[in-house]
Amino acid sequence: MNDLAGGISFADVALSLCLVAVAVVISRVQHADLETDIVVATVRSFTQLLAVGLVLDYVFASHGGLTPVIIAVMIVTATLTSGSRARRVPGARWIAAASLTVASAGTIGLLLVLRIIPAVPRAVIPLGSMIISNAMNTTSLVMTRLRDDLAAHRREVEARLSLGQTSAEAAGPWHRSALRTGMLPVIDNTKVVGLVALPGAMTGMLLAGASPSAAIRLQLVVMYMLLAGNAFAALVAGKLTVGRFFTADHQLIRSLRRMPS
Amino acid sequence: MGDRFELRDIRVEGDDGPILEGFSARIPADGLTAVVGPSGSGKTTLLRMLNRLDDPDGGEILFDGRDVRSYDVLELRRRVQHVGQVPVTFPGTVADNVGAGWEELLPRVHLDAGLGGRLADLLSVGEAQRMCLARALARGPDCLLLDEPTSALDTASKGEVERLVRSLADDGLTVVMVTHEPRQATEIADRIITVAPAGDAP
Repeated sequence: MNDLAGGISFADVALSLCLVAVAVVISRVQHADLETDIVVATVRSFTQLLAVGLVLDYVFASHGGLTPVIIAVMIVTATLTSGSRARRVPGARWIAAASLTVASAGTIGLLLVLRIIPAVPRAVIPLGSMIISNAMNTTSLVMTRLRDDLAAHRREVEARLSLGQTSAEAAGPWHRSALRTGMLPVIDNTKVVGLVALPGAMTGMLLAGASPSAAIRLQLVVMYMLLAGNAFAALVAGKLTVGRFFTADHQLIRSLRRMPS
Repeated sequence: MGDRFELRDIRVEGDDGPILEGFSARIPADGLTAVVGPSGSGKTTLLRMLNRLDDPDGGEILFDGRDVRSYDVLELRRRVQHVGQVPVTFPGTVADNVGAGWEELLPRVHLDAGLGGRLADLLSVGEAQRMCLARALARGPDCLLLDEPTSALDTASKGEVERLVRSLADDGLTVVMVTHEPRQATEIADRIITVAPAGDAP
């Protein structure tokens, strides 16, 4: 089989279950007690991807107008995930919704306006999903990091407020470090791309039979897109989270002061 | 001189019931006022409300005759400086921490001006607490709020800080000091305000 694209049948998928069996056997023999998890993961991945495949077949074939709906569903799911990760951040869901919307709209919008990608579902949906899943991690990281840092350093934050600093100034050092925490993983990935691992988009194109030079051009656009998407997400999540931890009168909110540090 | 602060019927809710309820007091502009009471009685909360690090859930607080909420909060905090129990040092030298005028301010808090170039992290706790006082004085306040300023200190530096606080009050600053030590209150304060736990008869 030389062409992988379209060349894998459901019979092939069934055969590849032997790889799952390998994992189950190893877990059983080594008493890792993960057999149930492996089976659940296998069943879930099968049904989730089957459903997504059917939906995408439908949208790609003739219903491109549904693209914004698909993107919206992804944003909502990511928002709920990120929002529940950041417990005790007031309004975490709204922060996540804003940060993910800005990240995906800003980045995809720029790619479309510059005509780097065509406005077709086949381009917008996969790229959007990459931006959203990356921005989701960034948003969760920025929110939880700020929450933990401001709670742990509340004495210092309040000492700064007492000296007459605004809430933005008083939170400044921790705001900056949360931005760095959110943005560094993507920057590091961009630095070592190709050296440590062949990234997803490129791998996909190579498996589908594209030339390596075409694959790297797409991968470069994807990496730059993720840099921008994460920067947008970190910026919005950072600003809004700091805003929620202080009152309009530059006071730390009570729930944060009473949080165990 | 008139009242620097007037607290009227203050109520503060905590997680398990009220911290302060129906609390009223006047703090004159001159001298050193000590705030005493058992731990958990709301002394610290009371002090934090005077520069609006916190707001009461009921009642009102007047500063120089006007509701504290009617002031620009950043200007209020510049005039009413709060120094916490544990000294907080910022990155950099002592001079960076105190800011402009540190050469005059360090001797005023009984610190050697030669310490200006030292990293603030390397000060002893007693020195750091005095540096925090210098940093507060650098803002040109009318009033100092001190939350158990000596509780983290050893006996020697404690006496030093007590003398310093007393001299600042003598220089005309309004000083409000929370303390859990009756001895400290009676020895250095001009007057004492007692905070009873909410629920106790006044």
